[in-house]
Amino acid sequence: MVDATRAYFLIVGMWVRSTMAYRLSFVMMTLGNFAMTGLDFVAVAIMFSHIDALGGFTLPEVALLYGTTSTSFGLADLAFGNMDRVGRRVRDGTMDTLLVRPVPVLVQVAADRFALRRLGRVTQGAVVTAWALLRLDVDWTPVTVLLMPMMLVSGAVIFSAVFVAGAAFQFRANDASEVQNAFTYGGATLLQYPPTVFGTDLVRGVTFVVPLAFVNWLPALRVLGRDDPLGLPGWVDFASPAVALLCAALAGVAWRVGLRGYRSTGS
Amino acid sequence: MRLYAAVAVSGFRRYATYRVATAAGVFTNTVFGFIVAYTYIALWNERPHLGGYDRSQALTFVWVSQALLGAASLIGGGFQEELQERIRSGDIAVDLYRPADLQLWWLANDLGRAAFQLLGRGVVPLAVGALAFELTLPTSALTWSFFLMSVFLGILVGFALRYLVGLCAFWMLDGSGLSLLSVLLTMFFSGLTLPLTVFPGALGDVARALPWSAMLQVPVDVLLERRHGAAGLGAALGFQALWAVVLLLAGRGLQAVATRKVVVQGG
Amino acid sequence: MGRVDGFIELEGVEKVFQVRRRAGLLRRERREVRAVDGIDFRVPRGEMVGYIGPNGAGKSTTIKMLTGILTPSAGRLRVAGIDPSRERTRLARRIGVVFGQRTTLWWDLPLRDSYGLVRRMYRIPDSRYRANLERCVELLDLGALLDVPVRQLSLGQRMRGDIAAALLHDPEVLYLDEPTIGLDVVSKAKVREFLRDVNAEQGTTVLLTTHDLTDIEQLCKRVMVIDHGRLVYDGGLDGLHAVGESERTLVVDLERELPPIDDVPGARPVKVEGPRQWLAFPATRSAAPIVAAVAERYPLVDLSVREPDIEEVIARMYADRSAL
Repeated sequence: MVDATRAYFLIVGMWVRSTMAYRLSFVMMTLGNFAMTGLDFVAVAIMFSHIDALGGFTLPEVALLYGTTSTSFGLADLAFGNMDRVGRRVRDGTMDTLLVRPVPVLVQVAADRFALRRLGRVTQGAVVTAWALLRLDVDWTPVTVLLMPMMLVSGAVIFSAVFVAGAAFQFRANDASEVQNAFTYGGATLLQYPPTVFGTDLVRGVTFVVPLAFVNWLPALRVLGRDDPLGLPGWVDFASPAVALLCAALAGVAWRVGLRGYRSTGS
Repeated sequence: MRLYAAVAVSGFRRYATYRVATAAGVFTNTVFGFIVAYTYIALWNERPHLGGYDRSQALTFVWVSQALLGAASLIGGGFQEELQERIRSGDIAVDLYRPADLQLWWLANDLGRAAFQLLGRGVVPLAVGALAFELTLPTSALTWSFFLMSVFLGILVGFALRYLVGLCAFWMLDGSGLSLLSVLLTMFFSGLTLPLTVFPGALGDVARALPWSAMLQVPVDVLLERRHGAAGLGAALGFQALWAVVLLLAGRGLQAVATRKVVVQGG
Repeated sequence: MGRVDGFIELEGVEKVFQVRRRAGLLRRERREVRAVDGIDFRVPRGEMVGYIGPNGAGKSTTIKMLTGILTPSAGRLRVAGIDPSRERTRLARRIGVVFGQRTTLWWDLPLRDSYGLVRRMYRIPDSRYRANLERCVELLDLGALLDVPVRQLSLGQRMRGDIAAALLHDPEVLYLDEPTIGLDVVSKAKVREFLRDVNAEQGTTVLLTTHDLTDIEQLCKRVMVIDHGRLVYDGGLDGLHAVGESERTLVVDLERELPPIDDVPGARPVKVEGPRQWLAFPATRSAAPIVAAVAERYPLVDLSVREPDIEEVIARMYADRSAL
């Protein structure tokens, strides 16, 4: 684990230095990214210029959902976002060069084309979260104070697991990198809005099948002092870390199966 | 002319062979369609005539957006990455010596791709949307043909924009950051994130005058018969055609500068 | 356990792929492709072996099994006593791999930085690293290139850089996949000389696949030929030549069009195109006397020697076999 982390940061360091070869480009793109991902939230703000509440949630409340999911997704995207290149690597044969190094393939693929500019989304998410918390009248107890960082970290782990599982799937279907967008980008979009907006079946699906609801919905509803639309028991709001660990374990298994499949079929 | 027709056909064929990628795209577009549709339902429930659309028209906007997403390259993709890669590797020098015009060659190629994606990635999401929700689709064949014409012009504008972004690789070397910025701008200003008619005041006026609106907002309005009659349609299609010409010419200008750079540096 | 000489050992190794093909609109056909169909060989430590065969013969599949990338379908395979597919990462520290057309160098960074990563990734002790880098830099003539971004290197320079990167951690085995493909004459010579040196001085076992028979001629005493997944020849190069009786070609550009050159002993004209002529001569013979004879009798402008293609050699080998 220590070795793997060290190797990850070694490769990340190489990419950061590669980016710095084009320093101006890097600065422009980081600023641009920060500004442009903000357009997403501008759209939410535009909606609220016409309405007072969406699905019963006010702008600061939606902003909390938006900010937390953006931060978690941004962190996962920063750390694992380029895993959708697995299919391409399998197709062009460069996957093989990763398999002859004394470092886990998962680590090499995760660090592939690491881009610091992705911090833009994380920063933007954090700014919106902070704004939301200032505007909201949150009942700050030790529980809610603890829930916030727990939610952000668990959310990042859950999204990372989705990235890894999606990459594992690409060993089977090299061209299917877009499927994971439905769960990563699609998930991030879904979680920006209150669960009351969506049909109960959809909410059930992202609670029990692809447990994205644990990224922010369930813990954030507790912070906001609201009930969840499925009427789940209260302890579920604190289950995010456990769910995140489970997701990570399952994604790890999926990755192993995918890689083993590749090594027996070579395609 | 026959050369470019052949290039277009081969572009079509090439994308037709990516069966899994197409299926993956259709899946993701459909998932996004559902997510956005539910948020629009919530929004239009609060404000029934927001942006001049009724609820069914707003839902039509959602599903047509998803159907055009691939063809109009609203979230990037297509030739742009390939062009950047060829510039980066220096292979572009070979292309410049071909007896074909660089811009027309890529345009033909991209039109072939768009034609396939309009069919391959457009029909199913729109059909699913029409089955799951009540959409407002025109019954007049004339409207459909004007819609297709408007889609074609939108694809031209999209191509011209992406060609400009692609050529920037001559100066930027790291084209991926710029591509991402371009995608974020396109998503916001084409109407994909939120219809431009919902944008307030001056922001709305500016957004509707920018070229990105030609890629999605205008074609959808043609389909919804909000742009009708000789004057209305003329203004809509004329607006698109004007941007297409201006941007394609800008592309030629930039290409000339880039070519000079290649010749001077010897590739 | 008695097998003293097997550093690389293969016993009945097979690799079978399931290929699915569309047959009709919905039906899919499953077909077995035996890419490697029962291969046995042993390579003792310190040997340099050429592994050749036509495209799709099973060369890369074998190399991929030897490096642990692919898991064999059947048979026993050991490299330095390690089962590659089971202990891929442990083996990785002891082998070096160069994929001819896929660089592992960092495109936008100076060459030196790629080596720095290798040093940390393989945890090479400082003194070893410095000594190895120094040797590679000297023998591969990389001194002036170390601080140049890789994207500015020529193909030949990049290949030299890649070979150095594969050797910094003192691998016991080096696999080279087409190490001279696309290189100019000078780079080719440099690469070959270096490989010979590494093999002789470090005792590195080398297995190389190539299409260039000169690589084999100049580097390997032993050649293995694979075709249709089976080993069809394993022995010295001379044996292969004798079986194949391959020919090299001398391409001469004369000052003007002349009748075919048929008065040079040991060479025969095979093609004439204007002032350019092609002369074939046995691959076992030196080109020098033939070149001298041509230069003496004809107005020579330019000339080059074409090596026999491996595929051609193998094709001839088959032709001879069926004739026997």
